[in-house]
Amino acid sequence: MSAAELPLWAAIVMSLLVLIGAGLALAGSIGLLRLRTFYERVHAPTLAGTLGVTCILVASMLHGSLVEGRPVAREIVLGVFLFLSTPIALLLLVRAALYRDHVAGDRSVPAADTGRPDDDPSGSAKRARDASHAAPDQTQ
Amino acid sequence: MSATLLGGALLVAQLMLVLAMALAGWRLFQGPRAQDRVLAFDALYLDALLLVLTFNVGSASTLYFEVALVMAVFGFVSTVALSKFLLRGEVIE
Repeated sequence: MSAAELPLWAAIVMSLLVLIGAGLALAGSIGLLRLRTFYERVHAPTLAGTLGVTCILVASMLHGSLVEGRPVAREIVLGVFLFLSTPIALLLLVRAALYRDHVAGDRSVPAADTGRPDDDPSGSAKRARDASHAAPDQTQ
Repeated sequence: MSATLLGGALLVAQLMLVLAMALAGWRLFQGPRAQDRVLAFDALYLDALLLVLTFNVGSASTLYFEVALVMAVFGFVSTVALSKFLLRGEVIE
């Protein structure tokens, strides 16, 4: 069965799902470009990583099932992998960004728990000392 | 009729995904800091993966799906390696 023989309802559903998924990916990229701070920008591409991926994968499953004439569920593997890997990768990235901001002297962000022994002992005392004279600038 | 509808929707979706990739590429180019570039690279990879998946919707072969699977693994590994590099200054300790 080729694409020309797909039933109309399936074509409408697949078109809607693909358009919604691509629109969410586009919205995520616009957010990535427009939001001001890094910690706001981290949220934007996850729009494409969760609902965008889900919509396009469901459309792909529907198309595969109709073309092959049997239920196709191999896309679930990719969905599960992306749902597991995206939070891990972004958590590591934000932890690295917190560490870099802290090293660069930006006291508007909390210290990252990097597991380094030399970061922790003076952390609270340093924060208390800096809070007395540092101007809190949340927009940095 | 249904082929025309699906083909048009796929074309529009692919154009939107290419635009999303261009916006992520602009953020990758602009920075301002290294973590912004890594995040933009991750988003670029994800948008490219979605683009390959839209090709998969339009075709009868499973080749595009396997490409998307490999891209998902490579995107994850590269983001983790770059984050590790930003955190520690080296990838493998």
